Amino acid sequence: MTAAPTARQRRLAGSISDVFFARPHLLTALLLAPPLLWLGIVYVGSLFALLLQSFYSLDDFSGVIVHEFTLSTYQQLLEAANVQVVVRTVSMAALVTIASAIIAFPIAYYAARHARGWTKALFYLAVMMPLWSSYLVKIYAWKLILAKEGIMTWLAGQLHLGWLLDAVLGLPIVGGPSLSFSYLGTFVVFVYVWLPYMILPTQAALERVPVNFIEAAADLGADPRQTFRTVTFPLALPGIIAGSIFTFSLTLGDYIVPQIVGNSRPFIGQAVYTLQGTAGNIPLAAAFTFVPIAIMAVYLWMAQRMGAFDVL
Amino acid sequence: MPPAVRFQNVSRRFGSVRAVDGVTLDIAEGEFFALLGPSGSGKTTCLRLVAGFEQPDEGHIEIFGETAEGVPPYRRNVNTVFQDYALFPHMTVGQNVAYGLMIKGVAKAEREAKAKDALAMVKLAGYENRRTAQLSGGQRQRVALARALVNGPKVLLLDEPLGALDLKLREQMQEELKTLQTDLGITFVFVTHDQGEALSMANRVAIFNEGRIVQVGTPADVYERPNSRFVADFVGSSNVLPPDFAAAHGGRAVWTSLRPERIQVAAAESPVPAGCAQATGVVDGISYQGAVTRICVATEGASPGVSLVAAVPPGTPCRKGDRVSLTWARSAMMAMEDDS
Repeated sequence: MTAAPTARQRRLAGSISDVFFARPHLLTALLLAPPLLWLGIVYVGSLFALLLQSFYSLDDFSGVIVHEFTLSTYQQLLEAANVQVVVRTVSMAALVTIASAIIAFPIAYYAARHARGWTKALFYLAVMMPLWSSYLVKIYAWKLILAKEGIMTWLAGQLHLGWLLDAVLGLPIVGGPSLSFSYLGTFVVFVYVWLPYMILPTQAALERVPVNFIEAAADLGADPRQTFRTVTFPLALPGIIAGSIFTFSLTLGDYIVPQIVGNSRPFIGQAVYTLQGTAGNIPLAAAFTFVPIAIMAVYLWMAQRMGAFDVL
Repeated sequence: MPPAVRFQNVSRRFGSVRAVDGVTLDIAEGEFFALLGPSGSGKTTCLRLVAGFEQPDEGHIEIFGETAEGVPPYRRNVNTVFQDYALFPHMTVGQNVAYGLMIKGVAKAEREAKAKDALAMVKLAGYENRRTAQLSGGQRQRVALARALVNGPKVLLLDEPLGALDLKLREQMQEELKTLQTDLGITFVFVTHDQGEALSMANRVAIFNEGRIVQVGTPADVYERPNSRFVADFVGSSNVLPPDFAAAHGGRAVWTSLRPERIQVAAAESPVPAGCAQATGVVDGISYQGAVTRICVATEGASPGVSLVAAVPPGTPCRKGDRVSLTWARSAMMAMEDDS
């Protein structure tokens, strides 16, 4: 049995409440201090320590890191092979983002404008369910689907479209020996794994477009196509940009997908992984990590200017 | 000349609910017409039928003699001022007003000039570059009005146009809307649940109840000669006299309306002037309302149990529990055809 609080205890609790009531900022500060300390020291601190490494250099002969300030590592980053890694990754991230936006929009539009009751529940389930299974499992599953002996080849054969698959794989750059060893395969898997992150913010933005905006546009003479172009799409754009922050940054930093499904030409994440591991070139690995950070900083700044954060 | 808007036996159902039930109505060109009724009475659905957001399940709608069924909103020469204005948040005030012209493909310079004029007309000159979020409720209302009028509609539809404004602003906008309508000569059709607004602004009023029109007439008609208990109750406040009470006081033995302001209150046993009727009773409640004081009297005699409300000038000496006599001209008693 717990004893009822004594009058003294109640007075104490009351006066603590009074202090917080009079100084609301004090409570906010107390609640925010632990996460802010965590973010500040563990996250930003380690990031800073990492970036600091990029201003050191690796002694080519001894393989020892020279702890002296230098920009020579960044100079190394600008070598053609390294620039190619950056261009390859950024192009992939951009294409994945564009494809996700195109695929996600009709789904999000349907969910926001037409789905009601159980169809809406089904929508959320369908979009979220892939997120419940392990990312690695999904990628290996895709590797099997896309492999030369996999279901895609079989399906193309059944549909007598083997020639089409061969033609696609015969294309320069995107093609390869099989879908699972091509940029096309990497692209398909990236779009698959990041698609929910595009659908959800787009749907949220579309849901916030009131029906009477659509009616007002029609009332003022806009046919459905014009209404879409001048009202629905501009109002959904912040949501699409918010989604693109996810698809773009996640692709930019990923090192698992291209390693499992792809033609073994490295992406930034893989370059970092190899450089800090087997190569032991921590300074160059750090310089490589600076690239997506810089790109995302610019990207977020532009997204913020377009109002993307208002819909998150 | 065909009427601006014609409803012929129009019905609109939502599931099992008949939102609009057999409405027949003509609105003449240049009228300031009010659709008045409580919420859910079908008046807004009627407006949406004219705008084209709804299609009738039965009946026929014409706008200036042309069949409206099947014509989408963007092909109708009517414009709407929405209840919450529906201003586009991603456009400036000027872009909002010029939207309809932009859609029609009017050149930029011309539509900007027209938008500027339209904003000047609603007293918002120089607001072109503001964001809509920076505007007050009254200003949004004006922008919505300018955005609709700039297209030169043949009929302007207003859905509870003043509902979101405070009292002072509402009265001011009533004046302005009235002036604007007179100056432009456009047919205005507006929906309201505020009987004061309908009576003060409209040339004619249609009163809705449960999807049907119960009475159409000038404000004076519907106020002074309500045809049913519903209208008498809904338009202003009224004493609805039961048939036997009406008969006992020189009226016909039907449900009868008697407006509170037509009743004079005097000390009990006052003489009855010629052509007048009188009832005696005890003051039951007094409610001070500024311009008038409303006195509720429980009558005795012929038909006990009938409570009458009289509106008298403030300062009339009267206290709760006083015995008073209520006197009114017999001509003030309006027999109603319909006792529903």
